[in-house]
Amino acid sequence: MSRFLVGIDGSDCGERALDIAREHARAAGAELLVCYVINWSPFTFSTPQENAERHRRREEELSVARTKLLEPRVKSLIDEGIRAEGVARHGHPARTLVQLAEEHDASMIVIGRAGDTPMKTRIFGGTAAALVQSAPCPVLVVP
Amino acid sequence: MNPFRCSLALFALLASMPAFAQEGVDSLIDRIVTPLSDGLSAMIFWEIPLPGVEQGIPFIVAWLVVAALVFTFYFGFINLRAMKHAFRLVRGDYTPPDAAGEVTHFQALATALSGTVGLGNIAGVALAVSIGGPGATFWMVLAGLFSMSTKFVECTLGVKYRNEYADGTVSGGPMYYLSKGLAAEYPRLKVFGRVLAVIFAVFCIGGALGAGAMFQTNQAFSQLVNVTGGENSVLNGFGWLFGLVIAVLVGLVIIGGIKSIARVTEKVVPLMAVLYVSSGLLIIGMNVEQLPAAFAAIIHGAFDPEGIYGGFIGVLILGFRRAAFSNEAGVGSAAIAHSAVRTDKPVTEGLVALYEPFIDTVVVCTITALVIIITGSLAEGSNIEGVALTSRAFAEAFDWFPIVLLVAVLMFAFSTTISWSYYGLKSFTYLFGEGQSKEVVFKLIVLGAVVVGSSINLASVMNFADAMILAMALPNLIGVYLLAPVVKRELKVYWDDYKAGRLKTYR
Repeated sequence: MSRFLVGIDGSDCGERALDIAREHARAAGAELLVCYVINWSPFTFSTPQENAERHRRREEELSVARTKLLEPRVKSLIDEGIRAEGVARHGHPARTLVQLAEEHDASMIVIGRAGDTPMKTRIFGGTAAALVQSAPCPVLVVP
Repeated sequence: MNPFRCSLALFALLASMPAFAQEGVDSLIDRIVTPLSDGLSAMIFWEIPLPGVEQGIPFIVAWLVVAALVFTFYFGFINLRAMKHAFRLVRGDYTPPDAAGEVTHFQALATALSGTVGLGNIAGVALAVSIGGPGATFWMVLAGLFSMSTKFVECTLGVKYRNEYADGTVSGGPMYYLSKGLAAEYPRLKVFGRVLAVIFAVFCIGGALGAGAMFQTNQAFSQLVNVTGGENSVLNGFGWLFGLVIAVLVGLVIIGGIKSIARVTEKVVPLMAVLYVSSGLLIIGMNVEQLPAAFAAIIHGAFDPEGIYGGFIGVLILGFRRAAFSNEAGVGSAAIAHSAVRTDKPVTEGLVALYEPFIDTVVVCTITALVIIITGSLAEGSNIEGVALTSRAFAEAFDWFPIVLLVAVLMFAFSTTISWSYYGLKSFTYLFGEGQSKEVVFKLIVLGAVVVGSSINLASVMNFADAMILAMALPNLIGVYLLAPVVKRELKVYWDDYKAGRLKTYR
């Protein structure tokens, strides 16, 4: 069975990507891997206080991503009869999505282009472009 | 305005009780504290007399240098042989992907560095070179190389004996390895370990207020006055105002939890460091034909200083002293910062910490010294020293550099104050227990110290601050000596695994 990977970021453009991915998954009878990447770099500078609390923050970020973003969406997909799974992970958005696609042997990546704020446009727009360059499988970019 | 200032001054007065001496109520405090402070200073800076030299070696410098030598030999030159492996650790080669989002080796190192790189690298080196000549650089670098071993031991211990709480936060540092570590390794020394930990925590609070908050803002303000016209500066006499501004900014970060200010600092501090280092390298590159002569002057000055400052021994001590003041190896402060890293192998963080004195003393201090020597700023006048000398040396090549240096000094002072306020806070909560209100009380005391530090200019306060920070090395190194065998065991297991290729790499 083929598996499609869809990247969401909590923005409208992520939702549009999810809608398109849902249609493709249903048509192809594919499984859907819903991914949320928390933007993070191992080479940033932080205060000692932030470092001391980092592990707790990380767990909070992951738990919020799972309960607020992934679980409701995965549940509604399963209710529609589509096999689905949610993954939240820290990292560079494009590189992490590529890693996830390789780990789960995805046959297509669906991603939104441009979010709703200028900041998100920069981050997410860049992600789509980077993915097209480096993905191990076809990438479907949703405007 | 006036009542506001008064209440702040009163508050600041309270904050700096141990060191503030004026007429009135505080003269009583002064009478109690001064003997203590003088006694401490006298002990810390007590000079061991050396035959044939006017100036002896200060006890604390000997204490730190001996430790650096002992650990270097005890761990078989770990400072040199682990450099390559430590670099790969910093780069993340050994970090498993599922640790994404945790504190990395790089982040722990960067945080610790932002607490140590600062005025010591800019002002301290200039001081050493202006008094001891180019030769002081050689001894400074040598001391820096050896002190890498001290950092290795204390940072490994910091991670090994840290507290990991149920809510996912961590607390580590000498307080914890002195109490928990000594109790675990030497059950009979349990009480002794606790006593050392309490002494350390008390000194650390003093260091955080004195050298962290007061000294940093004081020096940043004096550079601001220098750049804006020295004696005639419009800012002259407005130290309290500068202190208030800094206190508000620091307060927004440490009490208000305003991330954006911290984030700006986190971006600007490394930028400043990179700008400083690359400007230095550029100046050296532009005068590359003078480089051999500069090195010759350093070597010649190190072994055969003709009558400068107490001769051979004098120059040697000066170099050692500036290195110790600059990289804080043995003081124990770095162990607090490094202990937040996410790893199940404490030795790895110790190895990463090798780079702290290397970057701080061997790289940055050498660049400063070379620029001062190459531009010939040293010979031009003997009446300037400290930041002003560095500033003039860089200005020889780039006339806009004093402004950059000002920004750098401000940023370094700001980040060092934030780092040290955390070190002090950890010691404070170690002594008085964790708790929201207790933490706020300590943070307010830090802010008071910031205001006082920039308003007054008491040499004795600064001496006291320096003494406090270096006094931390007394309880810390006693514990580190006793716990060094633990680190040796851990290092052996780890290094054997590394040599046998049993460590998993991820890139």
